[in-house]
Amino acid sequence: MKNIEPDDATKLEIFKRMALLKLNDEKSRQVIRSGRLQMPYYPYRGQEAIPAAISVSLTDDDYICTIYRGMHDMLAKGMPLKELWAEVAGRETGTCKGKGGCMHLTYPEKGVMVTTGIVGSSMPIANGIAWGSQLADNGRVTVASFGDGASNIGTFHEAMNLAAVWKLPVVFVCQNNRYGEHTPYAKTTSAERIADRAVSYGIPGVRIDGNDPIEVWATAREAIERARSGGGPTLIEAMTFRFFGHVFGDDDSYMLDGEKKAAMDVDPYPKYRASLISSGVAAESALEAIEREIEAQIEEAVAFALQSPFPSLDELRRDVFAQEIQA
Amino acid sequence: MTDTATAPAAQKKVTVKEALNQALADAMAENEKVLLLGEDVADPEGGGVMAVTRGLSTRFGDHRVRSTPIAEQAIIGAAIGASLVGWRPIAEIMIMNFSTVCMDMIVNHAAKLRFMSGGQTSVPIVVRMAAGAGIASGGQHSDHLEAWFAHTAGLKVVIPSTPEDAYGLMLSSIDDPDPVIFIENILNYGTTGLLPPTGTRVPLSKAKVTREGTDVTIVSYSRMATVALAAAEIAAQQGVSVEVVDLRTISPWDQETVFRSGAKTGRVLVVHEAVKAFGPGGEIAAETSRALFGQLKKPVERLASAYSPVPFSKPLETAYMPDAERVAEAAIQLAR
Repeated sequence: MKNIEPDDATKLEIFKRMALLKLNDEKSRQVIRSGRLQMPYYPYRGQEAIPAAISVSLTDDDYICTIYRGMHDMLAKGMPLKELWAEVAGRETGTCKGKGGCMHLTYPEKGVMVTTGIVGSSMPIANGIAWGSQLADNGRVTVASFGDGASNIGTFHEAMNLAAVWKLPVVFVCQNNRYGEHTPYAKTTSAERIADRAVSYGIPGVRIDGNDPIEVWATAREAIERARSGGGPTLIEAMTFRFFGHVFGDDDSYMLDGEKKAAMDVDPYPKYRASLISSGVAAESALEAIEREIEAQIEEAVAFALQSPFPSLDELRRDVFAQEIQA
Repeated sequence: MTDTATAPAAQKKVTVKEALNQALADAMAENEKVLLLGEDVADPEGGGVMAVTRGLSTRFGDHRVRSTPIAEQAIIGAAIGASLVGWRPIAEIMIMNFSTVCMDMIVNHAAKLRFMSGGQTSVPIVVRMAAGAGIASGGQHSDHLEAWFAHTAGLKVVIPSTPEDAYGLMLSSIDDPDPVIFIENILNYGTTGLLPPTGTRVPLSKAKVTREGTDVTIVSYSRMATVALAAAEIAAQQGVSVEVVDLRTISPWDQETVFRSGAKTGRVLVVHEAVKAFGPGGEIAAETSRALFGQLKKPVERLASAYSPVPFSKPLETAYMPDAERVAEAAIQLAR
């Protein structure tokens, strides 16, 4: 697998997506810290390589189901910045008119079908979407994202088993950031590797370095191709680390000594950036220009969100059912 | 699509179970997006433990009628996901108590995805569940848990008592753009009636006055709506005229029909098999009392099952829930 490499254009595209994710996480924390936004924010900084390198092999017609720590997944899949920021600001211009918020962003236009705040629940629903694709025989693939903690809840087992027996076109991506909320992996998880659990479902399971975009790209490409061509599901366990804890503002006191520093020392973003320069894929000035442009887009999106109006109170009666509830 | 019943030459006499089977078959024939899934629902596995889906996988293929693992979260998740991309899945939860295993999928996801997505996505699924005591199944296979679902914004709760309504409400539930919890009382499966003409819909959220009367209104649903009719006969022999309203949909419920009947008789008794405490009767009684304050001759009464897990032993199980004699007695009491 490792001898397959993306072409330079794809490498650059992965970088663009990683830059978008990294800079957006930084801006999110900054805006919350400044008091301009109030929300429970689940930082994904450190995990950018995973969705950036997977999403380049997906089309707008493919689907994802993700979780509360999933803004990186959505942005990589193409959710527009303005609507995303307006949503987390609770404004009517948000993707969900401000009614979903940071844990429930949805954008079917780009295949972002479900974002759940319930650990483990992305998987059974991803199966259903994949079942729909299988019935329609349209070649679309569904990616279900979740964390290492979710591999210990019942939905993981139910969903893996059903996807295997029905041979569904789904890719299960476990972003193993080594903590479930505040509790370390080894204290909660019987298997040394979550990928090993795939054996019991008779599906391919692979553990990879989730901080290596090239390895993620190659593994995901193969899994997506398998799903697309009727070969059934794959479980990918992508090893990574979340740099800013479970929810923004937590004090990391539960983390093992030196673990966070060690992880941040091998931050995938500068590492990948440097590799593109040294291998001649792009000049530093070009990457800098990309970053400046993205920063400007994010800045614009924040301004758009904060200037947008809040939803009308009538929205309480809308979208409960298809038919508006009478006042 | 037929909106009103046009009487054919000879309507077939069927049970509730047969009417449901016919409705599912007609829906699948009408719309190729309609799917069935659940434990044992396909014919090689018996066509459903209650045989409601018998014959359908043979007729429509096992790609559209799928037996699943015993995994309720996987079942409802699959139904939700398929509905998000344009399919119309009907999921069978064999026994209503098993819905407790997949409440996250139903309550946190099916009920809320339309709202949380600001209307971008919707979950047009029907979740069928068999419910009810009376067959010695004991505490974990007999509950009527409709109040739990009615308490969740975004779910419709439908519960027929006759073959005509079972047929027409099932078709309307499948048509409906929102998730419907469709409750089938097990003892009620054998109730007979006439099969309506193919495609006849019964609208959701419309109650039906199944017997007219002047002294007391009994508001009920499911098997207890049938029990209420028997009770009305007993009460009539005692000179008490009972009007029976079959709600047919618990949420959103038809307040207009209930209030109109209550205003006419001045006395309202709510009867259901679900446990009385915090049951649907509490909501119906509260809203009716408020709407008809000053017009009611007596406070709204409720008769429902005991505050107890459903017991196994026959005398206990019989005493646990209302029967025609007790409903009649309560109605007569209220009329005096």
